[in-house]
Amino acid sequence: MAREIHGMVEKRGAGLWLTHVFMILGVLIIFFPIWLAFVASTVTQPEIVKPPMPLWPGDQLWENYSKALFSGVNVPVATMLFNSLVMAIGIAVGKIVISLLSAFAIVYFRFPGRNIFFWMIFLTLMLPVEVRIVPTYEVVAGFGMLNSYGGLIFPLIASATATFLFRQFFLTIPDELAEAARVDGASPMRFFWDIVVPMSRTNIAALFVILFIYGWNQYLWPLLITTDPEMNTIVMGIKQMFPSGDDVADWPVIMATSILAMIPPVIVVVSMQRLFIRGLVDSEK
Amino acid sequence: MEKRVTFRGWWVPALLIAPQVFISAVFFFYPAGQAVWQSLFIPDPFGLSSQYVGLGNFEYLLGDKFYRASFVTTAMFSILVTLCSMIPALFLAVIADRLIKGSGVYRTMLIWPYAVAPAIAGVLWLFMFNTRVGVVSWYLGNLGYDWNHVLNGGEAMGLVVVASSWGRISYNFLFFFAALQAVPRSVIEAAAIDGARFWKRFWTIVLPLLSPTTFFLLVVNVVYSFFETFGVIHTITSGGPQQSTTVLVYKVFADGFVGQDLGSSSAQSVILLFVVGLLTIVQFKFVEKRVHY
Repeated sequence: MAREIHGMVEKRGAGLWLTHVFMILGVLIIFFPIWLAFVASTVTQPEIVKPPMPLWPGDQLWENYSKALFSGVNVPVATMLFNSLVMAIGIAVGKIVISLLSAFAIVYFRFPGRNIFFWMIFLTLMLPVEVRIVPTYEVVAGFGMLNSYGGLIFPLIASATATFLFRQFFLTIPDELAEAARVDGASPMRFFWDIVVPMSRTNIAALFVILFIYGWNQYLWPLLITTDPEMNTIVMGIKQMFPSGDDVADWPVIMATSILAMIPPVIVVVSMQRLFIRGLVDSEK
Repeated sequence: MEKRVTFRGWWVPALLIAPQVFISAVFFFYPAGQAVWQSLFIPDPFGLSSQYVGLGNFEYLLGDKFYRASFVTTAMFSILVTLCSMIPALFLAVIADRLIKGSGVYRTMLIWPYAVAPAIAGVLWLFMFNTRVGVVSWYLGNLGYDWNHVLNGGEAMGLVVVASSWGRISYNFLFFFAALQAVPRSVIEAAAIDGARFWKRFWTIVLPLLSPTTFFLLVVNVVYSFFETFGVIHTITSGGPQQSTTVLVYKVFADGFVGQDLGSSSAQSVILLFVVGLLTIVQFKFVEKRVHY
């Protein structure tokens, strides 16, 4: 009986095949732009500028990628990759550290001004950097932080999403643990290091995945504050590789750069899929 | 919710919150305050002094036909992006949910585009539709359709919408898929015994049960299309042709950094601030509702 009903709900036989066909078709359509970029990064410029370009990879993979990585257009792509890596890790680590500390303070202490602080961080949730770009740019310029890693990182960690997440999580830690720590005479920081941080491991990892992608994929902010090509990140640097005016873009190198730009976040997302999905659900709800 | 057990002392917590207070004050509150303040002034062309104009910048903006056009463009853009990213995602999630085996493999494949930055997605789609070398535009040309998003505003809008929706399909798929998996099998099976066919079950049982997720995704996708699509628009169209893809965030950038019109740009920031505030309230109202669902 149960098996029969199962058959009514899930697909079997011809219907099952049709479902797979639909699914594969969907995946192929979604994948097509990436495939085309990959193909373009393995052929020669003349093959692309005389349309239609081939739809199967050529033999120029090594040439195009090494040209992109070590000479690029304005600056070697290897340099931009390094800048992106510093920015993404800086944002992820920086935000996690300051949020862990302040969430611990608001959950485990009663101090004057606690409510004001709580509302203050609540406000920062509402305003993405895109809305306050001009004055934030002026602040960063005033500190002389244009074209620096600090300028790339700090303004983007000034939001409290992570603080909220950790607060929610800390509230679920059983009170008995803090009680026991207090009875044993452990200092608050001891309790933080030995109990709270280890217990938050999974949350920290999930958040790291989300923040890494967030930092890596930033566009507008690096575009404004890195005027020196040596400081460009890869995501914003690609646009700078297009020539101005009527010159033909060096498509194979540009496409090799796009593939290079998506490899690190894709590796992070696909290899840490479980953590990633958990992080997504946590950070949005 | 509060903790029953807490630690004593005030300087430890003060030190703990100090980094966040400092960063928020310097890089958030001060600039946000500046945006509001600057929106009340018009700086002279040399940037030496500025004149207080009260709400003049706002009055000017609301009377400016380019700004109003940008509002309409933004509204259309976000509606299209939301629809184009949610409907295919729901479709794929419903199909994936019918599979007993193998849905994990498809999920892994479908997550990919989410990791691709909007600006990179812009470059990929620009490449496919490039008027000179694009594969898709070449085949369209063979079919007798002359694609040119550089001159045609409607085609430019279509292209930025598709490029912005593409990566979002993955995101929406993940949420829809998770929600579908959470629909109790017993309910579906009971309906199946009563003779309800697949589409009947979908419309009368599954879709209503998905409504919290759907509403949540609606809000999140609108916010996304407002703020995070800057990279797509900047790489593909730079707001053109004739401002047909200039959304509000793009205009803040274009007027503030390219046009150097700080007063107007700040006033636009403040207006955007209200829009975000409104969306946030909608979102929180929804969260409350969902608790009672």
